[in-house]
Amino acid sequence: MTNWIDIGPLDGIAPRGARVVRTDWGCIAVFRTSDDEVFALEDSCPHKKGPLSEGIVHGKSVTCPLHNWVISLETGAAQGADQGQTGTIATRVEDGRILMDEAVLQARSAA
Amino acid sequence: MKKLVVIGAGMATGRALEHLFDADPDAYEVTLFNAEPRGNYNRIMLSPVLSGEKTYEEIVTHGDDWYAQHGVTCRFGEKIAKVDLDRKVVVAENGDEVAFDKLLFGTGSNPFIIPLPGHDLKGVIAYRDLEDTYAMMDAAGTPGAKAVVIGGGLLGLEAAAGLRMRGMDVTVVHLMGHLMDRQLDEAAGYLLRKALTDRGIHIRCSTNSKEIRGEDGQVKALVLDDGSELPCDLLVMAVGIRPNVALAKDSGLAVGKAIHVDDQMVTSHPDVLAVGECVEHNGAIFGLVAPLYDQAKVVAKTLLGEDATFVQKEVSTKLKVTGCDLFSAGDFAEGEGREDIVFRDPARGVYKRLVIEGNTLVGAVMYGDTADGNWFFGLIKDRTDIAEMRETLIFGPAFQGGAHVDPMAAVAALPADAEICGCNGVCKGDIVAAIEAGATDLGAIRASTKASASCGTCTGLVEQVLSSTLGDDFVLPAAQSVCGCTDLSHEDVRVLIKTKELKSQPAVWQELGWKSRDGCHVCRPAINFYLLADWPLEYQDDPQSRFINERKHANIQKDGTYSVVPRMWGGMTTPDELRAIADAAEKYDVPTVHVTGGQRIDLLGVKGEDLPAIWADLNKAGLVSGHAYSKGLRTVKTCVGKEHCRFGTQDSTGLGIKLEKHLWGSWTPHKVKLAVSGCPRNCAEATCKDIGVVCVDSGYQIGVGGAAGMDVKETERLADVTSEEEVMEIASAFMQLYRENAKYLDRPYKWIKKVGLEWVKEQVIDDLDNRKALAERFEISQSIYRKDPWAEHAQERAETYQPIANLTLRAAE
Repeated sequence: MTNWIDIGPLDGIAPRGARVVRTDWGCIAVFRTSDDEVFALEDSCPHKKGPLSEGIVHGKSVTCPLHNWVISLETGAAQGADQGQTGTIATRVEDGRILMDEAVLQARSAA
Repeated sequence: MKKLVVIGAGMATGRALEHLFDADPDAYEVTLFNAEPRGNYNRIMLSPVLSGEKTYEEIVTHGDDWYAQHGVTCRFGEKIAKVDLDRKVVVAENGDEVAFDKLLFGTGSNPFIIPLPGHDLKGVIAYRDLEDTYAMMDAAGTPGAKAVVIGGGLLGLEAAAGLRMRGMDVTVVHLMGHLMDRQLDEAAGYLLRKALTDRGIHIRCSTNSKEIRGEDGQVKALVLDDGSELPCDLLVMAVGIRPNVALAKDSGLAVGKAIHVDDQMVTSHPDVLAVGECVEHNGAIFGLVAPLYDQAKVVAKTLLGEDATFVQKEVSTKLKVTGCDLFSAGDFAEGEGREDIVFRDPARGVYKRLVIEGNTLVGAVMYGDTADGNWFFGLIKDRTDIAEMRETLIFGPAFQGGAHVDPMAAVAALPADAEICGCNGVCKGDIVAAIEAGATDLGAIRASTKASASCGTCTGLVEQVLSSTLGDDFVLPAAQSVCGCTDLSHEDVRVLIKTKELKSQPAVWQELGWKSRDGCHVCRPAINFYLLADWPLEYQDDPQSRFINERKHANIQKDGTYSVVPRMWGGMTTPDELRAIADAAEKYDVPTVHVTGGQRIDLLGVKGEDLPAIWADLNKAGLVSGHAYSKGLRTVKTCVGKEHCRFGTQDSTGLGIKLEKHLWGSWTPHKVKLAVSGCPRNCAEATCKDIGVVCVDSGYQIGVGGAAGMDVKETERLADVTSEEEVMEIASAFMQLYRENAKYLDRPYKWIKKVGLEWVKEQVIDDLDNRKALAERFEISQSIYRKDPWAEHAQERAETYQPIANLTLRAAE
């Protein structure tokens, strides 16, 4: 089951930028690509927990600001030779608003 | 015969009537009302009428003969005042009642007029019908007349191109960052902008309008958000359309964004149909002609009692501006799990991008070469499985294993008069001539033309000219490319940005054949710097292409907190400043306060969301950003000099403060640190700085290229001078030379090693005119960048430092 909640306007995030959603289960980084696609990942690099929300967004990837690991926005997986994966959260955009699936988070914290 | 009343003689109802009469000419007796005093013409051909390529007569689709032949009662120039659905009559404006068995709404849409102050002035028009077109043609008849078009979409650009062809001075003002943002991506938008600029149309993107200024009721100028004015005699608003639904709503039909219709084009009343831009079907509204024609077919069948279903299909767009070849189709913007295939040919100005989802093509954007557009459009519509041809898909249907993109295309495409070597003023043509006269390697080119014989930055380009001229006879030495997005080296990119006058990132990606959609974390910060260093007035710094420290103006620490270092000019401070720093440290629970090696104080462990607030507090005490996080000017360290010290020879503190106030805020390829020592005892350690000044009795010794980090290196003497003014000018000129020429992330000592100190001396010491010119260019750049980013962010961007949402608060409720 999904539980879509409105987290804010698409315009609240710069293209090729990110903002954070604070939750009881930790911070979620919400990214907007140059094509206005929106993705959400746990705001923690699989390497040393760097804040992915502060990285440079390019194509459908983000580069962690601490040690330049490149993480796929679609799968949360580290690219190239690095190994590791960050959790993804489903999002969609409707009428200029960003919706995020909170059910995934709750399930994750319950597990 | 049954009676059909049609409201609106537009392209959709016109096509519906054609289908109806074709299938059964005797089924209905038709009465056609139209608010415009004429019948149906091809509205999408208004642009060729405006540009003078066609006349009105040529775009009429249904003439008087056609209506007479089919027995249509035409009531042109008459509006409908009311529709009575219970009695099944329409009431014309003059009170006439006309009864119907079936009613067809084709009321189309109205142009949206932005309610700016002054929008009702004479000379402010939309671009929608023949009257608007004639008004534009009239205005263009006055020699020297100026026009402004608000809206850089399809219609706005067609209007602009038409007006330009009629000789007007035209400026397009567009709210978004690139033209036709709904149909094109940045790269294609860039190429379009370039083509339109080439034909003399001025384009202003990311620009918001504030008001329209008039004189005696006639439009005179458009005032922009930033207060600047664009004088104009004609102002065209082409910012979109709104379905015209007032009559349908008053009649009691179900209306949302537009008139609701089902798959048979029937409205909420079983005897009333609607077609065209005034309908809403499954939540969608329609502005392009292809779906309207599909609807018209369905309308005709429904009226005849036959089965038909309207199905929404993908649409494609082409711009009707002669010479601007662009095509876009499908959905290339949103959605997850999608991949891009990008092809660029800088020499021909071609850009193609395909968007693939699974094994199907879902979107395509093309510029410059749109020959394969319809083939791609077919693949999109039919959802063809493209797995087999994926590798070669972008080369189109004709591709049979041809050549791949040539990495040297950018150099091969340069004209003969393009300057390759800036130091010696050598053009590509000179080098080619030298090769044709027998030169076969770099040494011979240097000997015969001097190209790349001075600073050497253009070596890579000279080699590429050798390679493209000699072909296989010249083996290109492998140069380190910027990153995986390009085969060009930093040096090549810098030179090409200057010679090809590339002034935006999409311009660089396109013209230099970038292999990725929008660069990566390696190239973006470098390109962003090169552009702002070379085009300080034209290029706008892109925060999203900066490493987090420079984007947030603070240094990120390993736990995700930040450090804040206020500037202390020349290492000087006051009790008030110290008090403000202490107060801020307490107020924001700063765990660590540290004194830096650059003579200032570092507050470590500040939370990201507290940054704007702590800056605002520090600003109040007069403290500004110390740029301790930037590839830019960091500190100017000083000793106390002759004011206090018994050995001091000059006012080293005063000079340090002057230098820092002059240089602060400037961006450089890597960080830059200065120091001024008051005597050769050198307490400020000036001889290991990027620029170090040692004061002596006779004046000032200026050294450059020192280092005390990974490498330790003593400065080399650039010059000895006698006045502070000379120190200031030489420091400015040196900074600018470094900014204009060095590779991103090369500290000055590394750069000097590559170009040679002798060359630097020639540029900033020996050639006085050049020194002045460099210092002037530095000052132009500083007119933009010499400011406190903390104050700006605290006042204008504080919101972006906060989470976009806080769900913990919600849970606590």
